[in-house]
Amino acid sequence: MEHLSWLLPESFSTFGQEIDRLYYVILWITGIVFVLTEGLLVLFLFRYRHREGGKAEHSHGNTTLEMLWTAGTAVLVLGLAVASTSVWHHVKRNVPEGALEVIVTAKQFEWTVTYPGADGLVGTDDDFNQRNTLNAPTARPILIHLRSEDVIHSFFIPEMRVKQDALPGRSIRVWFEATEPGEYVIGCAELCGLGHYRMQGRLTVHATDAYQDWLEGAMAEAAQ
Amino acid sequence: MSTTEAVVQTHLDEHGDHGHEQSFLRKYIFSTDHKTIAKQFLFMSLFFLLVGGILATMMRWQLGFPSQPMPGAGGFPDTMAPGGIILPEFYNSLVTMHGTIMIFFAIMPLLVGLFGNLLIPLQIGAPDMAFPRLNMASFWLAVPAGLLMLASFFVEGGAAGAGWTSYAPLSASGEWTGVYLGQQLWLLSLTILGFSSLAGAVNYITTVISLRAPGMTWFRLPLTTWALFITAILVLLAIPILTGALIMLLFDQTIGTGFFRPEVGGEPILWQHLFWFFGHPEVYILILPAMGITSDVLANRARKPIFGYHAMVLAIISIGFLGWIVWGHHMFQSGMNPLLGTSFMISTMAIAVPSAIKTFNWLGTLHRGDIHFDTPMLHALAFVSMFIIGGLSGIFMANTPVDIYIHDTYFIVAHIHYVLFGGSLFAIFAGITFWFPKMFGRMMHEGVGKVHFFLTFILYNLVFFPMHNLGLEGMMRRIYDPNEYEYLQPLQPLNTFISVAVFCLITVQVLFAGNFIWSIFRGRKAGSNPWKSNTLEWSVPSPPPHGNFDGMPTVYRGPYEYSHPDAADDHWPQHLPPPRGGASEPHPAPAPSLAPEGVAP
Amino acid sequence: MSIASATERLPMPGMKVYNLKLGMWVFLLSEIMFFTGLIGSYIILRFAHPEHFAEPGVVLNVPLTAFNTFVLICSSVTMVKAFAAVEQGDQKGLRRWLLATIVLGTFFVGVQAVEYSVLWSEGFVPIAEQYHAVGRGAAHAGEAATAAVLGGPLYGATFYAMTGFHGAHVSIGVLCLIFVYLRARKGAYSAGSVGGVEIMGLYWHFVDLVWIILFTIVYLI
Repeated sequence: MEHLSWLLPESFSTFGQEIDRLYYVILWITGIVFVLTEGLLVLFLFRYRHREGGKAEHSHGNTTLEMLWTAGTAVLVLGLAVASTSVWHHVKRNVPEGALEVIVTAKQFEWTVTYPGADGLVGTDDDFNQRNTLNAPTARPILIHLRSEDVIHSFFIPEMRVKQDALPGRSIRVWFEATEPGEYVIGCAELCGLGHYRMQGRLTVHATDAYQDWLEGAMAEAAQ
Repeated sequence: MSTTEAVVQTHLDEHGDHGHEQSFLRKYIFSTDHKTIAKQFLFMSLFFLLVGGILATMMRWQLGFPSQPMPGAGGFPDTMAPGGIILPEFYNSLVTMHGTIMIFFAIMPLLVGLFGNLLIPLQIGAPDMAFPRLNMASFWLAVPAGLLMLASFFVEGGAAGAGWTSYAPLSASGEWTGVYLGQQLWLLSLTILGFSSLAGAVNYITTVISLRAPGMTWFRLPLTTWALFITAILVLLAIPILTGALIMLLFDQTIGTGFFRPEVGGEPILWQHLFWFFGHPEVYILILPAMGITSDVLANRARKPIFGYHAMVLAIISIGFLGWIVWGHHMFQSGMNPLLGTSFMISTMAIAVPSAIKTFNWLGTLHRGDIHFDTPMLHALAFVSMFIIGGLSGIFMANTPVDIYIHDTYFIVAHIHYVLFGGSLFAIFAGITFWFPKMFGRMMHEGVGKVHFFLTFILYNLVFFPMHNLGLEGMMRRIYDPNEYEYLQPLQPLNTFISVAVFCLITVQVLFAGNFIWSIFRGRKAGSNPWKSNTLEWSVPSPPPHGNFDGMPTVYRGPYEYSHPDAADDHWPQHLPPPRGGASEPHPAPAPSLAPEGVAP
Repeated sequence: MSIASATERLPMPGMKVYNLKLGMWVFLLSEIMFFTGLIGSYIILRFAHPEHFAEPGVVLNVPLTAFNTFVLICSSVTMVKAFAAVEQGDQKGLRRWLLATIVLGTFFVGVQAVEYSVLWSEGFVPIAEQYHAVGRGAAHAGEAATAAVLGGPLYGATFYAMTGFHGAHVSIGVLCLIFVYLRARKGAYSAGSVGGVEIMGLYWHFVDLVWIILFTIVYLI
């Protein structure tokens, strides 16, 4: 059982570390609260177990304590919420300038990736498609226009900390910037029919030069 | 003056024979007695709990032993599991129906149907519900709804397979799933069940408002009744939203409207908004009564007043309010405007506050108590400790950035089971074992009960705790075979382990079933108040007669006066008059003053 | 036996009415939520897809429905009259006004049925794939095939859902009114026992009120 770890698998995108950091902050906070409350529970159960002739204290509570833990919890959780907003906006709203653009179209049960051709723009005539393979460079953000042809799918790249539902009838912008070349998996995280479990794609992250080579090769192949 | 006579009058109107010589049919089948209806809900829900458990077993078989034939299951039709090997489409039906049946036909009718019916009139000192016949209708609408749901397995195309949330457009047309009639039956069944729930809610709310016994002021209500009252309000206001959405989706499926079908201009995300606008209050419908039951059992078995009664009531009410403005936290990754995501994160974090208040108050109740570890208490303590875990894991998902990674993974499967099984179901076990003597006049077997508790508690944690880890490794929900993904293959031993634990967990429930049936006939006779409890249901015989109370009870104090220094015993029932000359007790408050205002001149 | 002993105490007159009224109010709260869900969906769909919705009065027959709205409002007035009659113990008045309410309610549903069939023949249908609304009168002039389609499928679907659910509520209301009327003929109500008429009135006024909202947002805006 080597997979009972509470550590996250390593992330390979620029904002991955920010998300992971928030996760570990919450893990610490909840971990401490967990140990304290459950510890107190067990302690009370042991300490105040019924004994012969024992009698409970007659008390209806303590308003000061009540105020204290209400305020304490409120400050803690709302503080956590406020502290997380910037990361959320960074990931979901602030798409960086100069990103490489592609279209990913989901349908039962595959991902079609549309790359820009020589003009570098998607949505033009020289675009070309690849099935279930997304290629991206390092050190340059990639902006995905996520679409769906049929039902709702969810575009999930665990190692990039990317997840976004693909909605039919809408184009949703998703971005990330990979930090390490390598092969990563794209999964579908929203039940989309009987082939949901095998709706799998692959993300290949190239070093900047290698990406250019791949792109030229792919364009030449598509032109044939 | 009390308001309770009216219902007695209603009774007399309905039973011209004064209710003594009722036919078998009127007494056990089409009964208007709230206690009988409660038992009917109990038996129906336990049956569906079993069905839901079997569905889970099959699901876990596929995950634990992917694409191997289920032992002794060669008889399955080829459309489900040819040769006992579960097909992907059948797996989707299993996932969908497990969730649907457990939530709508097991947990909800147990908490609301069983405990609402059994406890509300008894705890407030009423002879029955305000509308006994409507109450009967509530149960007899739930039955056909359940039958339709079960029948959907056997129609062409199989049962619904779009998840218990039935996201459109997957659910809006059979084109995408191959399930036509099954999905329609699913929608129809839940629509009918909605009417059943509404009938119950109208009854509960009216009963609590107008049939409380003299002296039973709002702040003398036991917390179970408080929780059930707020729950009834949530049911009343949330279910119609679901019903409307279900019917619109049914129209999309059958006559071809386009509400949720994007190819003709519809909005799939509208379904999600409607579903979760209902769905989040629904989550609290499934946990508030459990919190109430836990509070009653904890105070009783610790022989101590509940810590911070008013804070507990306010927490229930504020959860009831906040539950309406957090639905978007199910939709952070849905394509909803990210700005809305931020506001939903803040409201969701806010709802952690009343939940924390409740937890701390339970701990406060145990502090300096005199704790008796009977079976109901063990289950109630399990509720507290598991609810802590479920609540804390919720913080991860409420946090929008972290949710990006764990949304729709096994982390959320773990979370929902920590709340609904670790929370609600343990509280249900606590409630059933605690009020079993009141329902059947006999105690459940304590030894078997304890063994059942410990095995269930341990196995339950072995099943669901590792699911957090599966989610953190990136395993998605609702996937038929995780081995399709290379990075999930190393998780197979853990998946197999969980499955084996599930099989054991389901098997040990035989202990509960056996104990339950045996105790109905052979259990030790209970007497009227085996737990030395203060609340009114324990002031009448077990089981209580038709009409409940011999005369009108008068309430003199709050429900949790345990170990009071002025009381002779370590409990001080609500209905006992204060000793003569004793100045410590105020006079009983006047009856609910609402009553006469509505009377027409 | 508790029932026997309970009857020894004086029952409070009118409590049953109080419970019934409270129950009806509680039930109407859930009805409010039901129509809130429908109207909310309509608003969301209309804002998201304004191109699906035609100008007011181009497809839907506003004058006819305005008249129908007037009829429904009149039926609320007759319902009030029926309640006033029973409060004064006027049995004949009760029956007469109940009957008037039944007739007006039935008339409303009838007009709605006629309206539906005309709209249907003009291509204004809830079925998305068959939607081809051409507007008032165009179908009769033989231009149906060539005329431009007005609005889109969501217009038809939301129209029939909202008015249809309301129509179902009116129809159920008429059935209940008939039930109340038959009971009134047997003399079930009197000045001291008005409960059934009163809660019938609550429901009927609620349905009326919902219609005024629906008429405004579906037909006029």
